[in-house]
Amino acid sequence: MTTQANQSTEIKSTTCYMCACRCGINVHLKNGEVKYIEGNPDHPLNRGVICAKGSSGIMKQYSPARLTTPLRRKANATRGEGQFEAITWEEAFDTLETRLRHIRATDPKRFGLFTGRDQMQALTGLFAKQFGTPNYAAHGGFCSVNMAAGMIYTIGGSFWEFGGPDLEHAKLFVMIGTAEDHHSNPMKIELGHFKRHGGRMIAINPVRTGYAAVADEWIPIRPGTDGALLLAIIREIIAQGLYDRDFVVNYTNGPELVNMDPKNSEYGMFLRFEVPLEEGCFDPQNKLWWDRELNKPISTHTPGADPFLTGEFKLKDGTPVKPSFQLLRERVEEYTPEWAEDITGIPAATIRRLAHEMGITARDQKIELPIAWTDTWGNEHDHVTGNPVAFHAMRGLAAHSNGFQSIRALSILMSLLGTIDRPGGFRHKAPYPRPIPPCPKTPTSPEDVRPNTPLEGMPLGWPADPDDLFVDDAGEPVRIDKGFSWEYPLSVHGLMHNVITNAWRGDPYKLDTLLIFMANMAWNSSMNTTEVRDMLKDKDENGEYKIPFLVVCDAFHSEMTSFADLILPDTTYLERYDVMSMLDRPISEFDGPVDSVRIPILPPTGQCKPFQEVLIELGSRLGFPAFVDKEGKRKFRDYPDFIVNFETAPGSGIGFLSGWRGQSGEKTMRGAPNPNQWEQYAKNNCMHHHVMPRSYQYMRNWNMGYLQWAKSNGLTRHAEPINIHLYSEVLHKFRRAAQGVSHGKQPPDRLRKRVERFFDALPFYHEPLENEMINKRDYPLSALTQRPMAMYHSWDSQNAWLRQIHAHNYLHMHPSVGEKNGFEDGDWVWVESVHGRVRCQARYSQSVEPNTVWTWNAIGKASGAWGLEKDANECTRGFLLNHIIGEELPNQAEGEHLSNSDPITGQAAWFDVRVKVYKASKAEQGSTFPQFPTQPRYPGMAKPVGKWLTFIGGSGKFKNMFKGGR
Amino acid sequence: MTQLALVIDLNVCVGCSACVTSCKEWNTSGESGGGMSDKNPYGKDPTGTFFNRVQTFEVGEYPKTETVHFPKSCLHCEDPPCVPVCPTGASYKRKEDGIVLVDYDKCIGCKYCSWACPYGAREIDEKQKVMKKCTLCVDRIYDMSLPESRRKPACVLACPTSARLFGDVHDPDSAVSVAINERGGYQLQPEWGTRPANHYLPRRKTKANVSDEALHRVDNPLKKEEQRAPVSSDLPTLDDFLF
Amino acid sequence: MHPAFSVIFLTTLIGAGQGLFLALYTGQVYATFGVLGGEMPPVALYVTGSLLVALLMGLGLFASFFHLGRPERAWRAATKWRTSWLAREVIVLPAFSGIAVIWGALYYFGIDPVVLVAGAVSIHLSLVVGALATALAFLLYLCTGMIYAAIRFIQEWATPLTVVNYLLLGGASGFTLSAALAGSQDSGLVTFYAMWAVIITLIGFVTRMYSLRRNAKLKMKSSACTAIGVRHPKIKQISQGAMGGSFNTREFFHHQTPQFMRMIKTLFPIAVFVLPVALLVIGWGNGSVLLLALAFVVQYLGLLAERWFFFAQANHPQNIYYQAT
Repeated sequence: MTTQANQSTEIKSTTCYMCACRCGINVHLKNGEVKYIEGNPDHPLNRGVICAKGSSGIMKQYSPARLTTPLRRKANATRGEGQFEAITWEEAFDTLETRLRHIRATDPKRFGLFTGRDQMQALTGLFAKQFGTPNYAAHGGFCSVNMAAGMIYTIGGSFWEFGGPDLEHAKLFVMIGTAEDHHSNPMKIELGHFKRHGGRMIAINPVRTGYAAVADEWIPIRPGTDGALLLAIIREIIAQGLYDRDFVVNYTNGPELVNMDPKNSEYGMFLRFEVPLEEGCFDPQNKLWWDRELNKPISTHTPGADPFLTGEFKLKDGTPVKPSFQLLRERVEEYTPEWAEDITGIPAATIRRLAHEMGITARDQKIELPIAWTDTWGNEHDHVTGNPVAFHAMRGLAAHSNGFQSIRALSILMSLLGTIDRPGGFRHKAPYPRPIPPCPKTPTSPEDVRPNTPLEGMPLGWPADPDDLFVDDAGEPVRIDKGFSWEYPLSVHGLMHNVITNAWRGDPYKLDTLLIFMANMAWNSSMNTTEVRDMLKDKDENGEYKIPFLVVCDAFHSEMTSFADLILPDTTYLERYDVMSMLDRPISEFDGPVDSVRIPILPPTGQCKPFQEVLIELGSRLGFPAFVDKEGKRKFRDYPDFIVNFETAPGSGIGFLSGWRGQSGEKTMRGAPNPNQWEQYAKNNCMHHHVMPRSYQYMRNWNMGYLQWAKSNGLTRHAEPINIHLYSEVLHKFRRAAQGVSHGKQPPDRLRKRVERFFDALPFYHEPLENEMINKRDYPLSALTQRPMAMYHSWDSQNAWLRQIHAHNYLHMHPSVGEKNGFEDGDWVWVESVHGRVRCQARYSQSVEPNTVWTWNAIGKASGAWGLEKDANECTRGFLLNHIIGEELPNQAEGEHLSNSDPITGQAAWFDVRVKVYKASKAEQGSTFPQFPTQPRYPGMAKPVGKWLTFIGGSGKFKNMFKGGR
Repeated sequence: MTQLALVIDLNVCVGCSACVTSCKEWNTSGESGGGMSDKNPYGKDPTGTFFNRVQTFEVGEYPKTETVHFPKSCLHCEDPPCVPVCPTGASYKRKEDGIVLVDYDKCIGCKYCSWACPYGAREIDEKQKVMKKCTLCVDRIYDMSLPESRRKPACVLACPTSARLFGDVHDPDSAVSVAINERGGYQLQPEWGTRPANHYLPRRKTKANVSDEALHRVDNPLKKEEQRAPVSSDLPTLDDFLF
Repeated sequence: MHPAFSVIFLTTLIGAGQGLFLALYTGQVYATFGVLGGEMPPVALYVTGSLLVALLMGLGLFASFFHLGRPERAWRAATKWRTSWLAREVIVLPAFSGIAVIWGALYYFGIDPVVLVAGAVSIHLSLVVGALATALAFLLYLCTGMIYAAIRFIQEWATPLTVVNYLLLGGASGFTLSAALAGSQDSGLVTFYAMWAVIITLIGFVTRMYSLRRNAKLKMKSSACTAIGVRHPKIKQISQGAMGGSFNTREFFHHQTPQFMRMIKTLFPIAVFVLPVALLVIGWGNGSVLLLALAFVVQYLGLLAERWFFFAQANHPQNIYYQAT
């Protein structure tokens, strides 16, 4: 949409990228300058609103921290000094082409591509696959993979992009372990609506800020103990009969019978009346219930059958069997509220009350929507039922080494309450729900990585059993981050947080070239930051860098750029094409798929080039099959051309964008490439929203109409029911391998115990791993970080407006922490973990659980970075907690250098860290620790702005301010 | 007589500062503006002119703590103490809609008006040396080229939780008046008789109503799990003894 | 409040200027009505004195410009005299200064016709002009004081004592200066002026101490409860939304330690009242111009501290919103 507000102001639509929320925005331009960015009222995601970051996009566009030209580390300069010389793109491409061509022709896995909070994983993943390297991942491993995996392996969908709480219908909303950034505007819009309509909100969190502030009740909890709370609630829900029996019977594997004969090789597996040779990636309907009337096993979902959920039964041959719900019931038996009280710090009475409130609200305030639908077993329903209890959870649960099982517990609780894809509960967003687990798989052996050949399999996938693991014959990892190995079998987002350490150590091998896009691995995106910075510049005995060639693509002067050998200047979001694709993480709504695009509002600054163009150029130069035709000629002119014409397979009709497909744009979801697709998006608020029939909008795991529609539109491979895994046979298969019961792939002996322990088909509570290994009395406090709503990660310290709101950070704590340790509010203190210590200022607060200290994440910056002056508050008074969070666990019997991560998914356990806090000496007052040498400005960066900035958009003074140059 | 004002709902304000920066971006390039200066924008102690800030207060003690996010801007008092003290007439209250404004061309930058505001709502632009404050986006709320739904202050349009309502507090039927009446909207520092036009809506708690009786129900699904005891015919029964 | 040196100098300089004029005019009146026993003050005293008055007023005015963001627009500041005490001050200050200079000029040029003879007393033109200037001087004290006293929610200021203190402290300073001036002119009026200086200083001492006592006992009407509208005894700010500071933190806080505040509070009464009275009495007894001049200097420096304290002590209710970054 382009309209004229008045003669001088032009308004253009695009999609925001001040965080990963992706709101529609209308950008007002005058005189070629951005004057005003407002929320697009016609956009389904944000409906006209905009957040603090979105409104400050102007200050990102006109930031003096922008990089404007390709840069090469000066020949005589050391990495990390930030000494660069400007080069041309031609030189940059030639360098990369030569280097990458050689790697690809010899050993493709020596090239690693790891990306941060980009929204182009479909393209970056394609690039890695075409290159032939398995060493690719985005930031999910250190963000929230536990949330994605824990939920997708249980209910076939997860929070945030792929699903969320239906607050339009919910009566009770429980937010647990959620910071302020996931989700942003949609969550705020819905919270406002929910509270205004009298909904009740409970926040369970060690800290009361942000969303928790407006909760009707705040329940403080000790970090890392959410699993204990959830298991105790499940116990109480079951004990009181507050679960939705009808839902559990029909839509979960709760009534399915599990073989309980410990001598049988099928012990712990579901009984099957027939075992097909080749199962697709879905649950075949070949399992058994124990029918109450017939008192014998019966095929699941047999019309008229009514299975037991509890009890123990014997087959004719004497095999003892139990419904998996019974196993769950037995599992939670020991998890009494009193037990949980000791662990979580929440009174047992409160836990019981919570359980009762959830269960009774779900049961007694049912919603019935007059929407007829048909389930996959052919049963007609004349309405959709909703149990209006909604949940939302994020990193508070995820960023612990017990997070996967905690999130399994949460998903099971949501399922027992009968709230999955129902009104007022959890709702999916396309392309989810997907089979449990989804179909894509990684390669499974080192032989799948071959010179000059695309990778055999996806760089990231969803293992369904041990044979899907990506390991060599000895069971050792093939990936540099050891993803999909026995150390972290379900690391579906990879382990970006271990890449630098592993590559530096050469374990499992050395890399040649590491390309990092938009990830600040020398600062807030790495754990153990101080040492990681050293690794980046560490040299071997021959004087060569241990990570030989480091390429960083970023739009800004981040800490990471100073360690690069080659810097590629990216554009801002206002200067580029982008797609929020159905192949990646679209912005779908509950009512149907939505994808969206960015269309440049402004020309690129200086020599900036969108990273997508870099990939298309490199892919074409290197002759990747997807990027060149049979003659080896370049297929795609540029990124927009690629987006329009790329199809997942020749003639598949599926491309990056789902809207206006077909020659003339008449098709949706699937259709031939449309040369005018971009124009259509531009005319339609830069997004495409396909609203499905109402009968397809609920119960999608089992909704025949929806599943068939999804299959015919390529969203999913099978139109089979996606039953909820209360009991995860998938996990049990890994335990069987560890026990040596199953054939197939086996873990190395040192890891057998670990896999056996953690791959439990039912959720269980264990302490976070590092806490089991340290003396907790020495480190009595948990340390957390949160992200403030007005500052997204490290992205915005270069933003003149936002940094006024958050210029530095404190360590917030209950006053009793100071009283015990002899310091006062505002004092300078040391925060020490087993890995090291940082110095900062203490700030008392009444809204934090007394065993917890916390700070805003990534406000602290290295001196001079992000275009800031060397004595900026971010550096002198801001601090980064990452320095004292280990990326690896102390060495142990299972082996050296295990990641400080969830043993199932490899999710970085940021929030496991325990600390002690004590007063800094008199000589140590006044600045934070550690400090690093000031990062210089690079060629092409704007001159320092100086004392005053008076921004007037449209005045013409700013568009050329950061033009860049030599 | 019209009195335009904001009504701010503390019950839903999550403290995101959307209103803070949307205000800044609209007004720094706005028709009335000439920019809103920032000092040390990339250096030590960055500071600048804002018309609106979000503050945070903790009420009570752990664990019964309420975290209250509190946006604050000019309250457009009906009896604004900042106006009569202005020696030049640069500060004035509009008769037609009650908006309190500063004529930047008349302001001499004496700051006396800011002293005379108990709310700290006025901020001097330290570069331009004139007093600035919230204008209720007077340059857009009457802009007939905008659709009616967008003729609102930038902060109101931005607010993701709709915590900011805008309208005429003298019109008893307006949404703002209704909200004030129904939700117990209040004024800040009423003790000074300034009669702020802006009102705040208090926190409102939705309580749980779960009674113990609700736990005991005939349709408890656990009843369906009761297994009939296995029947065995070879055990003796009373029939073996009774006549 | 943040004490601005422009305003400290403005108020102390013009206070002394007005006081000096009042002293000179008191001398004239007393002389006219023969209270001084027939000794007529030398014309030179009036001429020098009025020049000094003009100088002090001019310096004060000059200092005030530093308080303005846009001094080039200062002329606009007279516009709203119907409502603004500041506008009134802006009018009365030059009016008083002008009339005071005319008064001196009448002497200098010897144009001083008798305009009225009432019995034994001849009323000269200068006496009439002086009366007008006197009225304006009092009006100016009222304006200056009311600028502060009229802000009802700065409770330390919102009292008639503010006006009274501006009057008495300015008067004391002016009379002390007049004593030194008279001494330097070898005028026999030293005793007269010194005596009045001591009297006014002592009354000023009483009223200023009374205001300190009053302020120490003040109960603030506004609290965090009324400021944010939440009724609870425990309210603590944790963020003010701007970590690098703002106009609100710079303009309304003195940024000094409590110890520094206590020190000023102890020192200024000594410098404004105790030392000048002692110096005046000794100087008057010894006829030492030096000591009399020293009395003025010490008292003036004391008044700078007093005025600093006046501002610093004022607790603006907006500060409730700026208790924590």
